[in-house]
Amino acid sequence: MNPEVVISTNKLTKRFGNFVATDSITFDVYKGEIFGFLGANGAGKTTAMRMLCGLSIPSSGEATIAGFDIYKQTEEIKKNIGYMSQKFSLYEDLTVLDNIRFFGGIYGLSNKEIKAKSEELIENLGLQEVAKKFVGSLPLGWKQKLAFSVAVFHDPKIVFLDEPTGGVDPVTRRQFWDLIYEAADRGITIFVTTHYMDEAEYCNRVSMMVDGEIKALDSPKKLKTQFNASSMDDVFYQLARGAQRSD
Amino acid sequence: MVSVENISKTYNNGEVLAVDQVSFSVEKGELFGLIGPDGAGKTSIFRMLTSLLLPDEGIAKVNGLDIVHEYKGIREQVGYMPGKFSLYQDMSVEENLNFFAAIFNTTVEENYELIKDIYIQLEPFKKRRAGKLSGGMKQKLALCCALIHKPTVLFLDEPTTGVDTVSRKEFWHMLQRLKNQGITILVSTPYMDEATLCERIALMQMGKILSIDTPQNIINQYPMDLVAVKSRTMSILLKDLRSFTGTHSCNAFGEFHHLTFNGENTQQMIGELKEYLLSKNHEEVQIEITKPTVEDCFIHLMHKQNES
Repeated sequence: MNPEVVISTNKLTKRFGNFVATDSITFDVYKGEIFGFLGANGAGKTTAMRMLCGLSIPSSGEATIAGFDIYKQTEEIKKNIGYMSQKFSLYEDLTVLDNIRFFGGIYGLSNKEIKAKSEELIENLGLQEVAKKFVGSLPLGWKQKLAFSVAVFHDPKIVFLDEPTGGVDPVTRRQFWDLIYEAADRGITIFVTTHYMDEAEYCNRVSMMVDGEIKALDSPKKLKTQFNASSMDDVFYQLARGAQRSD
Repeated sequence: MVSVENISKTYNNGEVLAVDQVSFSVEKGELFGLIGPDGAGKTSIFRMLTSLLLPDEGIAKVNGLDIVHEYKGIREQVGYMPGKFSLYQDMSVEENLNFFAAIFNTTVEENYELIKDIYIQLEPFKKRRAGKLSGGMKQKLALCCALIHKPTVLFLDEPTTGVDTVSRKEFWHMLQRLKNQGITILVSTPYMDEATLCERIALMQMGKILSIDTPQNIINQYPMDLVAVKSRTMSILLKDLRSFTGTHSCNAFGEFHHLTFNGENTQQMIGELKEYLLSKNHEEVQIEITKPTVEDCFIHLMHKQNES
C-alpha cells in the first residue's frame, strides 16, 4: 500500500531579488506523519513554511498541499490546514471558550459542532475551571496546549507548528507532544519546527535545511547512522556548522 | 559579588506573584545560571538586580551595593543584555558601540581587548544599521555593548533563546572566555542542556527556586535509579510503560524513554519490565540504567513541588 502524500514539493524556490531564500527544495510528506522541519537560523525555514501555508507565492517550482496547488488554490490550502507558532496563537483578551468559538467559526464549523466539540476539548485539556477566563491570564504551557487544540479543531489535513514548545517547561513540553501523537494517530499530518533536538527524535522523519537547501532527510535513526553521530544534536551540528548564512 | 535575600516581586497590585522569596548568592568570577521555563521569574530577578525594577520585599546587593538605595553605583558597574534586542535599530553597529561607551565615560579603544574576539566578527558590518543585522549578529553586538564599560558583573537574559545549536555552542564559548577574564556572569536560559555549562545553577519554576547547586551535585541528588527504555515503536512503548504497574514516572527523552520504578530492587524490576514488554509484543527492546540529566532532575523537582 502506498501511503497517501499530503505535501509534495518539486524544486520549490523563493527569491527576494538576488537572494535565494528557499533553494529548489523537493520532498514529500505522508498522511499521519510527524515531519520535523529543522535548520539553522536563516536557513529559509520560515520562507518555505509560508509558501506551504499558501501565504507566499513561490518564484519557481511546484507543490501541492492537501491536494491543492500552491499557486492557484491558496484559499483552499488555508481551509485545509491548521497553524500555530510560539509567537501567534490565540487572542489574549478573549476567553478560552470565545477563542475556540472564534476559530471554529473562522473555519466554517456550525454552531452545533462548535458547542459539542468545544465542551469535549475543554474537558480533555482539563480546562473546565478556566473556560471563562481570558487566555492572557493562563500560564504559557496551558496556552500552547490550547493553541494546538484550536489549530486542529477543524480536523485539518495538516497542521503546521512553528517552534510550538519554545520556553515551555519540561513537563508541559512532553504533554504537548502527547497531543501531537494523538493528532497524528487521528490521521492529521504534523509539520513541526523546533530548536529542541530531543524533539527531533519524536518525528518519523526529519529534514535539515542549510543555506536554503534541504541537505538531509530521513528518519532520526538513519540520519544518525548516515552521519555517524550519537545524537540528532550532533547530526545538526555537522550539517549546520558550515552554513554561510545565519539569521 | 551578588547576594539576594528573600526577594519577592508581584505585578498587577499583587495579583501575579512573579518572584517568591528567592535567595541566592554568586561568587566573584563565577558563571551562574538561572534555569527555567517562561514565567519562572528569571527576567524579574535580573531587572531587580540591575536596578530597573523595585522588589516588593527582601534585600539584594550587587558588588556590595544595595539595589534600591545605591542604584546609581550599580548601573555604572554592571552590564545587562536584555532578552529582547534593545539597541538603537537606526544607528549603525559602530555608532551603537561608541554611544554606549560614551554614556559610561569611556571609549571603545580603552576596553577593546575585552570585546576584540567578538567584535572582529562584527567588523565587516560596522557601517550597517543594527536593525538590519541578522539575529546572531544582533546578539553579538548586544554583548559588545553590554561589555564596553568593562563591567564587573554581567547579566545575560536568555541570550540563546530561539538560536540554533551551532550559534548556541559558539555563544557559550564566548562566555567561557569572558569568565576567564574574571567577569562574574549571571545567565538565564530555558534550555536545560545548557545548565551543565554553568558552574552553579538555580533551577526555577513559577517564581521559586527548586534547587541550587553545581549541575553535578544536582544530578547526584536524584533520588532513584533511572532507566532508559527503547523499542521499535516508541509512541506505543510510552503508553505501555505508563500502564506498567511498577512504573513510578515515565517521560519521553529523545531517543529513549526515561523511567523510574516504584520498587527498590531495580534489577528485579527491569526483569519484570522486560517480560511485560515482551507480552505486549514489543520488538528490539533495550533497557539500561542511565545517568539522569538536569532535565530529569527538573521534572522530578517540579513534581515534588506540586505535591507539597
